[in-house]
Amino acid sequence: MNWTSWGAFFHMGGYGLYVWGAYGVTAFVLALEIVAVRRRAARARADLQHGVAE
Amino acid sequence: MSAMWLAITRRDLLLARRRRVEALLPLGFFVLAAGLFPIGVSPEPQMLRQIAPGVVWVCALLAAMLSVTQMFSSDHLDGSLEQMLLAPQSLVALVAGKVLAHWLSSGLPLVLVSPLIGLMFDMDARSIGAMTASLLLGTPILSLLGAVGAALTLGLRSGAALVFLVVLPLTVPALIFGTGAVGAVAAGLSPQAHLSLLGALLIVSGLAAPLATAAALRISLE
Amino acid sequence: MKWTTYAAPSRFYALAGRLTPWCWAAAALFGLAGLWTGFAIAPTDFQQGDAYRIIFIHVPAAWMSMVIYLAMAFWAAWGWMLNARMASMYARALAPTGALFTFVALWTGAFWGKPTWGTWWVWDARLTSEFILLMLYLGYIALTEAIDDPRRSANAGALLALVGAVNIPVIYFSVKWWNTLHQGSTISVGAAPKMVATMLTAMLLMTLSFWAYSFAVAFTRARAVVLEQESEAEWVRGL
Repeated sequence: MNWTSWGAFFHMGGYGLYVWGAYGVTAFVLALEIVAVRRRAARARADLQHGVAE
Repeated sequence: MSAMWLAITRRDLLLARRRRVEALLPLGFFVLAAGLFPIGVSPEPQMLRQIAPGVVWVCALLAAMLSVTQMFSSDHLDGSLEQMLLAPQSLVALVAGKVLAHWLSSGLPLVLVSPLIGLMFDMDARSIGAMTASLLLGTPILSLLGAVGAALTLGLRSGAALVFLVVLPLTVPALIFGTGAVGAVAAGLSPQAHLSLLGALLIVSGLAAPLATAAALRISLE
Repeated sequence: MKWTTYAAPSRFYALAGRLTPWCWAAAALFGLAGLWTGFAIAPTDFQQGDAYRIIFIHVPAAWMSMVIYLAMAFWAAWGWMLNARMASMYARALAPTGALFTFVALWTGAFWGKPTWGTWWVWDARLTSEFILLMLYLGYIALTEAIDDPRRSANAGALLALVGAVNIPVIYFSVKWWNTLHQGSTISVGAAPKMVATMLTAMLLMTLSFWAYSFAVAFTRARAVVLEQESEAEWVRGL
């Protein structure tokens, strides 16, 4: 185990800003993509049911 | 085939000459945009000499992208482009002729004016020579790559801005070797390596781009 | 059963629907395994400290950005040459994910560069090439979105993707050369620390995770594209 406590883990040897800035934005952006793509799929299914003209 | 090639070039040049102001707009943009940099950055000669090759090349890139849709747009609007597609002659030859005309009317003027810009930026004679040579080799590359972009975006509402986004990334190697040639001279070396690479790029794009452009025209019009 | 049966949008739709949950699961499992290995097991680097741990998402993201571009160009070209609609639709579905990974590679590269080399952005060969790759993705997406006719859009995109794919080695070579000429002022970001086995394992696991994730997202998006473009088809009406 590399860290003795959660505090040390978040501190990341002083590089917390960079490591979490990188991981955080990555997670955020991937989550955004998942949400967007699922909404697109749902909208496509809904448009079919309501017979949206092209 | 070569007769048609030249005939198209002559026709396009004639059309450009009839709309002289429109044909010279890219040149005006080029000079103006380059001239903005000393005002916006710094008029100090040392700084200008450093940024000159990059500034001139980027302004040439942008000027080329501005004018490139003209290659096909007016022919597309009056229907003659579709006729050209149906013609028995080679579409690739036709495209090559149009690209040549575009370069002669838009690119070559930039090359001829660039020494003056070089003087504005306090460049020495050898650097100006290298820069002009690099533009002489580079501007045809821009016309060739621009033709592919113009053909892909034919008739689209967002045409002009889209051409920028689509074509500019592809011009980066030419930009690197073109400005590198001037940089080499500034460092006291020969620009030959850079100019040779630029020449190679020109040959490859000269062979490949008209083919891609012809394919793009068929995609856009069928 | 020939795999070409999945060229039919209806069969691809069904297959993708069945595979997607497994891809999500794989992405989550590999991701957790990779993160655990990367943070709990892999040791701290002697020179870069804990900042190097960004490598576990930076490198996999960069790999995915390149792999997806090639896949996108391949399927787009396939659709153009063989008039295979499904291939073109799949290429279109890949593009946003590829662009996203390119952005992640750039962002994480910057956050890695700042503590290790002192600046947020470094014009080293790989980051600069990655930046241009992002522009190639955006150009493809912009072009395909700007054309309303699905067939013209797909074929124009295919040509552009092919031209881009062919240009990538040229661009990379020129940027690398440009970078070495300016060696004095720029240093290569992402000079990886001496890779211990656990570091490599973590990176590999994260790559597998991103790969499974890409399939999951691309399948979902492709299914949406199929519904959008094939809305007139009978099998779609029957859904």
